[in-house]
Amino acid sequence: MSNEAVLQQHGAVITTHGEAHVHHHKETFITKYIFSQDHKMICKQFLITGMIWAILGGLMSVLFRLQLGYPDSTFPFLEDVFGKWAKGGKIQPEFYYALVTMHGTVLVFFVLTGGLSGTFANFLIPLQCGARDMASPFLNMLSYWFFFMASIVIFSSLFQETGPASGGWTVYPPLSALGDANEGSKAGMDFWIIGMALFVVSSLLGGLNYITTILNMRTKGMSMTRLPLTIWALFFTAILGVLSFPVLLSGLILLLFDRHFGTSFYLSDIFIASTGRALSNEGGSAILFQHLFWFLGHPEVYIIILPAMGLVSEVMAVNSRKPIFGYMAMVGSLFAIAVLAFLVWAHHMFVTGLNPLLGSVFVLLTLLIAVPSAIKVFNWLTTLWRGNIRFTPGMLFAIAFVSLFISGGLTGIFLGNSTLDIHLHDTYFVVAHFHIVMGVSAFFGMFCGVYHWFPKMFGRYLNNTMSYIHFWVTFMGAYLIFWPMHYEGLAGMPRRYVEYENWLSFHQFGDLNRFISTVAMVVFSVQLMFVFNFFYSIFKGRKVTTMNPWGANTLEWTAPIRPGHGNWIGEIPEVHRWAYDYGKDGREFIPQTEPIGPNESVH
Amino acid sequence: MWVGIGSIIMMFAGLTSAYIVKRDQPGWTTFDIPRTFWYSTLAILVSSLTMQMSLKAFKERQMQLYRLVISATLFLGCLFILLQWLSFRQIWKTGITLKGSGAGQFLYVIAGLHAVHVFGGIIALLVTFIRAFGVRKRSYNSIPLEVVTTYWHFVDLLWLYLFIFFLWIH
Repeated sequence: MSNEAVLQQHGAVITTHGEAHVHHHKETFITKYIFSQDHKMICKQFLITGMIWAILGGLMSVLFRLQLGYPDSTFPFLEDVFGKWAKGGKIQPEFYYALVTMHGTVLVFFVLTGGLSGTFANFLIPLQCGARDMASPFLNMLSYWFFFMASIVIFSSLFQETGPASGGWTVYPPLSALGDANEGSKAGMDFWIIGMALFVVSSLLGGLNYITTILNMRTKGMSMTRLPLTIWALFFTAILGVLSFPVLLSGLILLLFDRHFGTSFYLSDIFIASTGRALSNEGGSAILFQHLFWFLGHPEVYIIILPAMGLVSEVMAVNSRKPIFGYMAMVGSLFAIAVLAFLVWAHHMFVTGLNPLLGSVFVLLTLLIAVPSAIKVFNWLTTLWRGNIRFTPGMLFAIAFVSLFISGGLTGIFLGNSTLDIHLHDTYFVVAHFHIVMGVSAFFGMFCGVYHWFPKMFGRYLNNTMSYIHFWVTFMGAYLIFWPMHYEGLAGMPRRYVEYENWLSFHQFGDLNRFISTVAMVVFSVQLMFVFNFFYSIFKGRKVTTMNPWGANTLEWTAPIRPGHGNWIGEIPEVHRWAYDYGKDGREFIPQTEPIGPNESVH
Repeated sequence: MWVGIGSIIMMFAGLTSAYIVKRDQPGWTTFDIPRTFWYSTLAILVSSLTMQMSLKAFKERQMQLYRLVISATLFLGCLFILLQWLSFRQIWKTGITLKGSGAGQFLYVIAGLHAVHVFGGIIALLVTFIRAFGVRKRSYNSIPLEVVTTYWHFVDLLWLYLFIFFLWIH
């Protein structure tokens, strides 16, 4: 498609929207709230679906922490709820494994990918680029509904008689390919594959839209180097998603063939104890799946963390009342991370019998990621340095994000080393590392975004008291939960085990485990308080009265307090400067729409 | 469109690299390339040519020629799928079914997925075809046709790559 054609077509779209806005185009309940094509409504749909998943995923973690913290106790109420899965009030091993599997799947894909970039890419890309809507509002709507269908499929797999997929969120064959070997590899696994296929379609449709919108629909004067860092981060996220998810899909298609059509891509002549017979397959390679999976899996963790980094950069600059330090270095390091993301997947496979020479190459490439990450951390800290900091809830979450990212990143240097990995792999050290660096950090980025942009999304403020309680409990809780896990991991305690009864050396951790479980439950209940705050404030929160409550420069704050479909009344604003003119020439902030003055200094 | 093509390329790149990895494993079996694959390759190459001609004719407003060549493209596209199916059957008859391990199973999955993509292209062509013969609405906007043409060339090139891959890697 030629470029002029694209522009021409968009011209047409924009005029129709403009007209429609003047005429107050009629919206029924269904077109406004359900099958909406407005990017702001789709954003809210993603956010709320993501929140429901986050509650479910968090609840799963509470359940298995209950087992880990109190392995000797029984909880009869669990049997009432879960029946045979919690016979005698004790979580059964199959149920435990299903819980950790679904906890991983739900939080990695449905909350921190769909919920995080789905929400903020949809909300911020058109508003901060200065566009009326996405390049294709219709595909955008489809993206959400594919996400919704994927959610339904995965959710219904929880109610299978044989349980949902269980075998870890990485669904390694042969376990995941053999229904005879594992309850969860029966129908639950098929649901998992179908759900993930729908999810891949959703993220492709979304990603296509995000990239096209950022490249083609920026307003007049908005050059790529004037974009806020949020948009840059979401741009690289979308590129990573579009390039890596199809590889996962091909891996899953081969898995589906192995499961149902008797092919031998991953399966070889395995003897199954439960049926007492050997498989007729031959020559399959389970390692092949790991290559395909981690070729997605590693970019996936950057798909999760990059949007959080973008949100944090923006919120941090706004609330320090200072320009972001090293804008181009921030963009460059995002780019470097996006490139390196594709070159490090085998560091998840150090102990699969990987050639040590190849392993050393992957060690080098993995440790190289520390360079752009360190650049980013340095720039965040220098942005804070001598800033006029406003400790809004969003800002607190942004600062805490940097703290967690440093703590989690440092343990990454241990794990990225193939020799240390021989001892550390599959222990609680790994659990602690990735939960801090990508799980909790990305959640903090997401909270930072929600607190900062909530007034723009709903035209009301969140309750501040509850926000501060939410922040401090979550922040301290995150460290209290995951910090001790490092010690357990260094002692060699393996993850994904339902109990450590027969392992005398780990009995010393009994109290520690109980402590972690208690904190986890407290933190979970505080998240419920946040959910309450969120929904309460949508309807009853303090109203936003000014268009630009945070005194920010970016374009979304030039739109009306509750923007309609089309975002701006009248003309789209024109951009004259970058997004970070804070504290310049004696002025607190200068919006992007203001022309450069005659005596203005260059930044 | 281009981004979408990029993601489809990644999917097939994943599959063909899986093929290369898997080739070194024990128990690898191969198959003979049936003659019909050559015919199908020819069919899809010619269809790309007619597709390009149809775009040119459309832009020059030669509607008679446009209708002729777009029908030819549609026909060749269907012929391609048919020939692929015949090739599959031929390989199947030599005893290489899904139960086994080797090049044949990869061929079924990879070429099968490609055929699904071609089928998507055929649906797009069918829509264009109906529009070309419809009298009620006349559209002079060449963008939809351009998109279909780009996609059609892409699935053609993709098949060429896969075919050469299968020939060369044997």
